[in-house]
Amino acid sequence: MPVASRKRILPVFNVLLLGLLTVIPSILPLFYIYIFSVIFVTAILAMSLNMVVGHGGLYQFHHGVFYGIGAYTLALMLTKTELPIWAGFLAGPFCAAFAGLIIGLFCIRLNRLYFAMLQISLGSLVWAVTFRWYKFTGGDDGIHGISLPDALLGIHRAYYVILAVMAVCLILMYRIYKSPFGITLRAIRDNPERCAAIGINVRMHQLFAIVLATFFAGVAGVLFVVVERSVFPDLMFWVLSLEIMIMCLLGGWFTFAGPILGAAIMVSLRTFAGVYTEYWTLILGVLLILLIFFLPEGVMGYLMKKIQPRKADS
Amino acid sequence: MLVVENIQKHFDGFKAVNGACLSVETGEIVAVIGPNGAGKTTLFNLITGQLKPDGGKITFSDEDITFLPPHRICKKGIARSFQIANIFHRLTVFRNVQVSVLSQKTRNLNVFFPSDRFFVEETRAIMESVGLADKDREIAGALSHGDRRLLEIAVALGNEPRLLILDEPTAGMSPEETATTIQLIKRLADTRGLTILFCEHDMDVVFDVSHRIMVMEQGRTLIQGAPEEIKKNPEVQRAYLGNE
Repeated sequence: MPVASRKRILPVFNVLLLGLLTVIPSILPLFYIYIFSVIFVTAILAMSLNMVVGHGGLYQFHHGVFYGIGAYTLALMLTKTELPIWAGFLAGPFCAAFAGLIIGLFCIRLNRLYFAMLQISLGSLVWAVTFRWYKFTGGDDGIHGISLPDALLGIHRAYYVILAVMAVCLILMYRIYKSPFGITLRAIRDNPERCAAIGINVRMHQLFAIVLATFFAGVAGVLFVVVERSVFPDLMFWVLSLEIMIMCLLGGWFTFAGPILGAAIMVSLRTFAGVYTEYWTLILGVLLILLIFFLPEGVMGYLMKKIQPRKADS
Repeated sequence: MLVVENIQKHFDGFKAVNGACLSVETGEIVAVIGPNGAGKTTLFNLITGQLKPDGGKITFSDEDITFLPPHRICKKGIARSFQIANIFHRLTVFRNVQVSVLSQKTRNLNVFFPSDRFFVEETRAIMESVGLADKDREIAGALSHGDRRLLEIAVALGNEPRLLILDEPTAGMSPEETATTIQLIKRLADTRGLTILFCEHDMDVVFDVSHRIMVMEQGRTLIQGAPEEIKKNPEVQRAYLGNE
């Protein structure tokens, strides 16, 4: 398909999709509205990880921590302080980004696997503190029954707020993806040595990518509180981080929108297969094996290649 | 412009570069020749900062650049191509060159505007000058070997260097491609006023384009001089040219 016609189809498709998503609450039962909300939150999370993994080439294995930090920041501010609610919603993403900066500063000195190992270690440290610090974080119980302002009460209202925030996040992420920084980041992924040779400070750019990605993870964390009205240490457990990583792989980590698809597949699988068997991860395992053999670039990566072979600018 | 004094690099006791000296004047085309394993690529890696030397000194435009990291050295005005095509294989040809131009103009951290607004003219001009203008939307990893080598040079040109270092620019090329590349190098030196330092195995190419030649053997500099001088030198004939 010629590039020009694709450029015209894409906005139309996006508007149609958004239109469809706005009418969903009036036709589907409550449970599905809830599932869609969860998918949206997870999609932001997966997209944020893909900024560093798929586009930055950094193996950020413990991304869930920043999701958790975003969620806990809001939860703690709502339950322990009298600060206005919007302060909490702003603080979540910024605290996550700050944590991303601190952990990133240490990890960025290392390459590939060593980066991943240190990232898991430091992330697990945050998890362990959260898990044991009963007085402050509620320990392994977490914090439940967080009271939210009226505008966010009820799954219908929450749904629309989350949909709007997701739309804004995706637009921002797309702008970053297409910006000079986005291109530089993908160049670093492809060839860090060469990037240094053309005058790019590789580490500084990677760190900036981590800060941006953890900020969006914080946004997802804040929205998690809106959906569930509770937080618990599992948000920061490494198993969740692995799931986010799988979403990126599943959807196609070299594409822009792939992780959204990956998030939708994972959440649906967990919800619907989880009803029949607690061993739903078994299905996931088989799916992953098939994926690695037949669609190594993920579902979206495969589709993009079908649509415009050799011309995709990923 | 560039002065390399008695530079040293050891790998686990093996002296890859052991006291190499080199000087490049503004506007010159200088070739480095020597048998395989003489340390030519290592020397280039030392100049552009990919490797840290164990001794010696490198000055560029009267500035000591010996221990600067690669990206700082690049900003001083030295760009290079690599022996094995070292490009961004998932990006299009256009983006490959654009990243380099963005880096030159320090716009890499801009996250607010679409990159299609940045330096499109400049990028196209560079692709035009190396002859890749019609391939701008191809994915770099899918290019033919010859085209990748050209892209290599195009990416280096994006930095608007004063000194361009080319590591075996014609390696693996067909005779026609080699001829085109040589023409390109000559043209770049003429039209852009580039100073070029390159290494090459093809002696015809070397004597055809270079103003001065530096001969390396086992990590040392044998001699540096004009092509005629090199041809006559008995030591060079014994070490290198003699076996042809």
